[in-house]
Amino acid sequence: MAHLTISDVTLSFGGLKALSHVDMTIEPGLITSIIGPNGAGKTSMLNCISGFYHPTRGDIFYKEKKLTHASPHQVSNMGISRAFQNLELFSGLSVLDNLLLARHQHLKYSFLHAVFFFGKASRIEAENRAYVEGIIDFMELEPYRKSLVGNLSYGVQKKVEVARALTLAPDILLLDEPMAGMNQEEKEDIVRFVMDIQKERGITVVLVEHDLGVVMDISDKIYVLDFGEVIGSGTPKEIAQNPKVIEAYIGED
Amino acid sequence: MNTNDKLLEYSIPQLLRWRVKTTPKTPALREKDFGIWNTYTWEDYYDYVRKTALGLKAIGLAKGDVIAIISDNIPELLFTAIGAHSIGAISAGIYQTSMPAEIAQIIQYLKVSAVFCDNQEQVDKVLDVRDQIPNVKKVIFEDPRGMRDYMSDDWFIDIRDLYKMGEEEHAKNPDIFEALVDEGKPDDVCHLCLTSGTTGLPKGTKLTHKNYINMGVQLIQVDPLESTDEYVSFLPFAWIGEQMNSFGVAMASGITLNFPESVETAMSDLKEIGPHFMFGAPRIYETIRSQIWLKIDQSYWLNKVFYNYFIKVGIESAGYKMTGKPMPLGLKIKSWLGTQLIFRPLVNQIGFLRLRRAYTGGAALGPELFTFYQAIGVNLKQIYGQTEIVGIAYMHRDGDVRPETVGKPLPGTTCKISELGEILSRSDSVTPGYYDLPEKSEELLEGGWLHSGDAGFIDENGHLVVIDRLSDVMHNNKDEMFSPMFLENALKFSPYIKEAVIYGNKEDFVACLINIDPIVVGKWAEDRGISFSTYMDLSGKPEVAQLMMEQVLDVNSRAEKEHFKIKRFALLYKLLDTDDGELTKTGKIRRKFVQERYQNLYDSLYDESVDKKEVEASFQYQDGQSTKVKTSIAFYTVKGA
Repeated sequence: MAHLTISDVTLSFGGLKALSHVDMTIEPGLITSIIGPNGAGKTSMLNCISGFYHPTRGDIFYKEKKLTHASPHQVSNMGISRAFQNLELFSGLSVLDNLLLARHQHLKYSFLHAVFFFGKASRIEAENRAYVEGIIDFMELEPYRKSLVGNLSYGVQKKVEVARALTLAPDILLLDEPMAGMNQEEKEDIVRFVMDIQKERGITVVLVEHDLGVVMDISDKIYVLDFGEVIGSGTPKEIAQNPKVIEAYIGED
Repeated sequence: MNTNDKLLEYSIPQLLRWRVKTTPKTPALREKDFGIWNTYTWEDYYDYVRKTALGLKAIGLAKGDVIAIISDNIPELLFTAIGAHSIGAISAGIYQTSMPAEIAQIIQYLKVSAVFCDNQEQVDKVLDVRDQIPNVKKVIFEDPRGMRDYMSDDWFIDIRDLYKMGEEEHAKNPDIFEALVDEGKPDDVCHLCLTSGTTGLPKGTKLTHKNYINMGVQLIQVDPLESTDEYVSFLPFAWIGEQMNSFGVAMASGITLNFPESVETAMSDLKEIGPHFMFGAPRIYETIRSQIWLKIDQSYWLNKVFYNYFIKVGIESAGYKMTGKPMPLGLKIKSWLGTQLIFRPLVNQIGFLRLRRAYTGGAALGPELFTFYQAIGVNLKQIYGQTEIVGIAYMHRDGDVRPETVGKPLPGTTCKISELGEILSRSDSVTPGYYDLPEKSEELLEGGWLHSGDAGFIDENGHLVVIDRLSDVMHNNKDEMFSPMFLENALKFSPYIKEAVIYGNKEDFVACLINIDPIVVGKWAEDRGISFSTYMDLSGKPEVAQLMMEQVLDVNSRAEKEHFKIKRFALLYKLLDTDDGELTKTGKIRRKFVQERYQNLYDSLYDESVDKKEVEASFQYQDGQSTKVKTSIAFYTVKGA
């Protein structure tokens, strides 16, 4: 059974169609990539899934639950989390605090417990810290645990962004251009993390990315968008041979 | 016979067992993992060693077999090494930075039959050369991350599975481990330590249980340690400087070894632990001093005023402290005030507040650095030794720190200077020889003395003074002797100079290539509104050249002899680097290689008519690609030399 089914989704802003009749299925445990030229509607697609936009037409199902009109926090509670292209971190907080904050939906103790910080409250806080430390170890962020996010380099901030999405313990991770603006070494690093996220943590990954080389290397399935429409889908091999895709990327002569 | 002498009759595993009997519940090891310091008591330590030992036996490791260890410092590394020692096998450390081809060569040379790796990075390197190392039966790994694709291959084994095998073995035959440990003799070889290899392939120095324990025992006779003292293990394990502490000093004294969370966090973990003693190559101390300077520079004005005043007081009082002379009362009061107001908080910031002694060795350190550390209240002392004598054989005593010397021999060490001026030593820590190199071993131990290969002499206070490598001493064309290393160190004392290479062998005068320090010079340039982009660009700035000229003139003004003066210099467009083969893994310059590589610069240094030259610089990126850049490099002639 598909994890996420997107059927006939259209998103219009006034007369402009950002997405038109898009159908996609995201299979569990795989890396599915969405590629396409600038303005093709990739981020709009992610915005629809994560509840920032609501499709004008069509539906999105997650394990048979309809999330077409769900709000971002409802989507996140269902187990879909997202790392943003433009970093959306609290730059005045430490890496640790940023990650702990992302665990807020797992904080299930009462106000009274919190005030006196005994029993349940301290236990849950300790569990959350242990979980976050696991993520810090996984993303190799140990040297930056106590550093303010605003003081870190762009490459490290990107890692923190991904780490925060992971901290929500999602089933599906939406990654919006995690490699944008990175140098070769940092890119290789992130690729390794994305593959580990899929293989070792068993998380389904939806990747929006510009770097075709990376996408071809690590994706199980690729969707190509152009002017809001799906112009091709399939395995990396199929995509590489799809004439429509070649045209969209290299252009007509 | 005191307790310490009794320790010399033990092998390392037997000594570990003795520690368990005397202090089972005190912490032996501590490792930071998931942000928390986890403690292993001596009892836990011994349990893990037993599991590992019997596990290694189960996978077919036998007495005399060699197991190579390629790992960052983690407790499992010690479990594996001492586990191997328990069954009579021999451990050998390989640097984590080694390339696959190098690893294959070492494995072939030492006839290694099993390898311990900490993570996938090292496992992959061993996998790369698998067809060249048929003798390796198993590769043990600690961190399972990224190993999912290797699980089906039974060449690899998770250390947790090894523990399980060891436990099963122990359950079947509960006495076997103790019996195996009993078999160990103090004179058995337990570890092969690779020498740093300034020339050619590294040699495997055979070291016995007694070699290590003796070193530890003798060291604590001079500088006693409490069993509650802390040590942070951050030097590469393949280097003698780390083994001597984890095998020798820790076992002999019962201190706690602390393992940082990762290599990157070592310095902040050090701050959390607050060690009581530390050991490091000069570079570490140079780096820390640069950081202190930088931080003071960025601090607010009151701090700066206090620092600038009290550092002078500190340096003055350091002169008394180092020689053990009583201080005048006025200075004593000022010095106390300085300690309270600025130096204690400062030292606490680096994590050195509890530090009783800091040792430096491996290469020479500028005398001013000693004074600096003594001034801020860190008892920095020079040690001297080499792999073949388990690291430390000579060191300064408290209150008798003379920066130009390396101190006196440890108890039980005898020193002699040969007719050629070579330093010879004799002690219980001297190696029985190199692995499988009988001729080299004979040369090393000729006449029953350890030949250091260093030129030196004993001064009027009984301190040993090391001049340079016997083979590195240079002569100019008037046959006047000088030591390039000595001059390089004099230059490197300037905070602006990161590295220097001195030339002048069979030439008219001394010339050098200089590497500016990118951080300090970068800050200097920023403060003066000089804009720059890359290291190459910064090195080429005329203002920077002027700054360097001042540094060289300063060194020249202090030169003891006329022919020590540096006459020409140039600023190199890139930092000398281990990856490019210009430095050894311990940070020493590979002279011959550097000279060949920069031959065109060398020629221009000795052609006084050249003051500018176009060169093509080639760079290698981390992924192996290389690129060429054209730049012009200027040559400067120093006045009065």
